[in-house]
Parts: sequence; C-alpha cells; structure tokens
Amino acid sequence: MRREGSPFKGTWTIALKEAADHITSARMHLVMVLVLLTAIGSAYGAIELLRQNADQDAFLFLKLMTGAREPLPSFASFMGFLIPLVAIALGFDAVNGEFSRRTMSRILAQPIYRDAVLFGKFLGGLLVLGIALMTLWLLLTGLGILLLGLPPSSDALVRGLAYLVATLAYAGVWLALAIALSTIVHAPATSALAALSIWLVVSVFWSITAPLLAQWIAPVDPLVPMSVITQFEIQQAIARLSPGTLYGEMTQLLLDPSARTLGPIFIEQLHGAVIGAPLPTMQSILLVWPQFSGMIAAMLVLFTLAYVVFQRQEVRA
Amino acid sequence: MSGTVIEARGLTKAYKGRNVVDGINLTVKQGEVLGLLGPNGAGKTTTILMLMGLTEANAGSVRLLDKDPLRDPLAVKQAAGYLPDAVGFYDSLTARENLAFTARLAGFADVDASGRIGQALGRVRLDGVADRKVGTFSRGMRQRLGLAELLMRDCQIMILDEPTSGLDPQSTEELLGFIADFANEGRTVLVSSHLLDVVQTVCTRVALFNRGRIGFVGTLAELAAKVGGDALEIDLEAESFDAAARLSNLNGVDAVIGGDRRWRISASRDLRPEIAARVVESGGRLIALDAHRIGLGEAYNRYFRENSNAA
Repeated sequence: MRREGSPFKGTWTIALKEAADHITSARMHLVMVLVLLTAIGSAYGAIELLRQNADQDAFLFLKLMTGAREPLPSFASFMGFLIPLVAIALGFDAVNGEFSRRTMSRILAQPIYRDAVLFGKFLGGLLVLGIALMTLWLLLTGLGILLLGLPPSSDALVRGLAYLVATLAYAGVWLALAIALSTIVHAPATSALAALSIWLVVSVFWSITAPLLAQWIAPVDPLVPMSVITQFEIQQAIARLSPGTLYGEMTQLLLDPSARTLGPIFIEQLHGAVIGAPLPTMQSILLVWPQFSGMIAAMLVLFTLAYVVFQRQEVRA
Repeated sequence: MSGTVIEARGLTKAYKGRNVVDGINLTVKQGEVLGLLGPNGAGKTTTILMLMGLTEANAGSVRLLDKDPLRDPLAVKQAAGYLPDAVGFYDSLTARENLAFTARLAGFADVDASGRIGQALGRVRLDGVADRKVGTFSRGMRQRLGLAELLMRDCQIMILDEPTSGLDPQSTEELLGFIADFANEGRTVLVSSHLLDVVQTVCTRVALFNRGRIGFVGTLAELAAKVGGDALEIDLEAESFDAAARLSNLNGVDAVIGGDRRWRISASRDLRPEIAARVVESGGRLIALDAHRIGLGEAYNRYFRENSNAA
C-alpha cells in the first residue's frame, strides 16, 4: 500500500527539540562533567610526559591524545571507555520514556509519520554527541597550543579530525544500541541497565573472551606452525565483533602514524622497511576504512532493528 | 452542515486472538457531538485509534473526511486532532513551548504559530500560566492544554478520549462548556467516556460500546425510550413485610430487588396505592414509598446490566 506524504516531515523539528532537551538535561551535564574532567586529567598527564622528553616529534599533537602517564590512561583510551556511556545516557529512554510520560500517542497523532520520530531522536542524539566531541577536541587542541607553545601541523589536524569522525561513528553505534533497547524494553530503568551491561561486556570482558573462544575453535597444533596464525586471526575476528575493538584499532592507526598494520607481520614483509617511519595520512585513513565501514554497518543494523520494532509497536503499549 | 465526516465499516481489531473491536459500523456527521460510551475495555480507545490511523484494523475500512487514515495519514491527522486519555506533555517545557513544538510539527510558520498559540491558550483560559512549566500543571490544566493544542491546529474533527476522567466537577463542567462551543463552531467532536451522566449534556448522539460491539447508536431520547420506556422505579421501606413473596405476583411488577427492609421495585406503571394496600393487608408497617421515572444514567446502567446478563 502506497502512503501519501513524506516520512521525513517533522524529522528536523524533533531532532532539534531532542538536542535542546539533551543539552539542558541534568543527566547530560553530569556525564559531560565526568568526560571533561577525565579528558583534562589525561591530557595534562600527556603534556607533562611530553615536556619531560621533549623530542623532535613531528606528531607532538597526536601524542596529546595517545600519551599516558601512569597511573592515568591516555585520552584516547578514556574516550573509548566513556563515549559509550555518554551515548547510552542520551538514548536509553528515547522511546520508552515517551510512553511513560504519555506523550507518545499525542506526538504520533500529529501530522507526521512514525519514521520522523525515530529519525529525529537519533539525529538529535548524534547532533549533541557531535557538538560535545567537537568541543572536547577543540579544548584539547587549545590546551596543547597553550602548554606546548606549538601550533599543530596540518597532518596532525587531519588525523585529529579523522579521529573525531571515527569517534562520532563509534558513539553512533552506542546511541543506536541504546535507542534500540529503549524501543524493545518497556521500562526506561531496565533498558538503561541492559545497555550498561552490554557496554561492560563489550569493553571489559570481550577482550578476555575472544582468546578463550579462539583457543577452543582453533587449538594450536605444535607441529603445524600455521595454526598459531590461524588462531590469532580467529581471535582477531572474534574481537572485532565488539565496536570497542574496532574503535581501538582505528584510534591506534589514526593517532599513531608509525602504526602500519594490526595483523601479524612476517620478517620478510619488513624487508626494506624503515622501522618507525610515519605513514602518509591518507594511507592511515585507508587502513582504517574497513573498521569504519564495520562501525557504520553496526550502527545501521541496530537502528534498523529499532525502526522495525518501533513501526510495529502498538500506540497504547 | 450535514456532510458525513467519519465513516467506519466493519472495523475489527484482535489482540492475541481476542476481538477487542468486533465489526463496528459508525457514521458521524459534521457538527455532531457523538458520545462513545461504555465500560473500560469495551473497545472505545481501540476504535478511536483505528479512526485516527494510529492502529491498523484487522478488517473493515475507515473514511475520515473521505480519506483513508492508513493511506493518507498526514492529511487525516492534519484535519483530525486526538486528545489521548490522560494526555502527557513535556514537563520541562512551558505550555507555550509545548504548543510551539506541535505547531512546528503541524508545519505552521513560527510567526503564524505564536498568534494561534496565544489565541488558543486564551480560549481555554491558560493565558495566565502560558509561560509556566507544564510540570506544575494540574490534571484539569493539562486537559485544557490538550484542547488548546487541537484549537491551535484548528482541527475540524476532535476526538477526545476520556477527557473528563479524574477531573473535579468544576473542571468537568468547564471542559464540557468548551466542547459545546467547539460543536457550535461546526467542528465535529467525538467524546469517549465510561460515564453517561457526565457527557449527556453535550452529546447530540451516543454510541454504546459493549464487548467490542456498538449496541446502540442514537439520541438520548431514543436511548431512554429503548431501554426505559415508561418504566418507574418504586423505592419501598417497610417492616415485617416480605416484598419478594407478596409483590411479585402483582400485575405490572417487573422485578423486586433488595431485601430486609428496603426494596426497589421496577414497575411498568405507578403501583404505589396497590403496594401500600398489600403492605397494610399483610400486617406490615409501611415506612416510606417513593416512585420515580428512571433517569438516563439508570437507563444506561440497565442497558449494560441487561447485555452482560444476556452474554
């Protein structure tokens, strides 16, 4: 049956309202204070580190994000850990919250399609995440310029921006997951808990599980040297099911120009290579392209799940 | 003035294999106030959702202003406004901001909208609190804000689901006043309620829902004639008298209910003299005897009692 009118009518209105709600909500303020404090802490640590062994590094600015001084982890690894939390905070009650506030039936009775509601919620969340990440990145760069007294190189800027886009995609995956859970689960508290559990499993336990699974699927045969590589590749494949792993790999390749590969390297492959020589920025971006595509795909799959469930949901649930 | 605006044919909706709405036919003309009455769970809200196209029917068809709510939902929802049962607003926004949001969704330009919003809020007497957060609003104020939203969008058809439930008598009276005004302006209003007494003053016609079917559609006079007729109810209070045994054979008595000292006798004519005579004859002491014509509320209750007995 063909329906009249555009499914996107009102999407932008809902997205802007969602964004405004998020930006003024106490929940978002709390999470952002947490992120900001950790970001400043880790960046400060990195700057101290850079000052101690101020070498002639062409990519000083990238070290701001990857450099870690004990006991603090680096800015990048903090992001990998905390960005999902921000995204979950934005999305966990996107749909079931409207039901529990009894606003859903009223909104759906407006002259818009259901599609616009879900698209708007996702876009609104993504917009806020984008603003937050951009602000963080600008703050970090500003801090770097102030404390190091050096402007960033153009390569560092491009890599930094690519990292920003990758982070936004990573946040999008978690936002889509949170919205999907808020559609499937009726109570907002339950959907928040479910999202947080998945976050814990993926960011903490998955790296422990992957080697175990790989050992079980492809045990190492001491007589066949290739079996070691098979096991490693299987382990890597399993680990890459987690968006956290994909994001970690992207971070590593984008922020460290000397990183050339993520898989095993044979000695003959290194023949003629200058160890530690930086890779051109475009080459690094090409290297992370599969990871980036995987992240976008995960986001689309989760959003589609939310979309299908939401379209079939009864209004008086 | 009398074109058909809503037409439903054989509407059926099943949840988990049970027909919640079972073959409903309904025709509503412009300017009518139709009361959808029936106990909770009779299928009123589901019918409303199907009329609005918010729920897909398993069978049957709906034409709303000659459009199909499933095929052309935007046009239908533009013309018809729906005020859900216990409507919710965004508590952290003011009344004006809440309406501004829906105005934008309805596609009004901001300049146009602010005038419409001010007017609508004024009509439902919320202009004094327009810039207060809705979180502080009472239930009655929320319902009025819901009406303001429909007014602001200038809906020709207004479908109100249990608008009076949980309101105090003054707020109810006020709300009914607004509904009557809307009808006078030529808008069509559907009001659902489980209480007939509340909405009978504004309804031009009522539809009685029972177990997913419409048992009766017509004016209140028709309802009273159908269910009540000329029937009377006689309240009797007497001592040392067995009404059930001694009155049930009296010509004209339909039923005797109650016991001990008080009874209610349904009769087809005024039997007070005969009843008094019986009481005295049998040596009982007559304390009170009172006859009254059954009201619409009673007719309505009786309608559902009879139907649930029959089912």
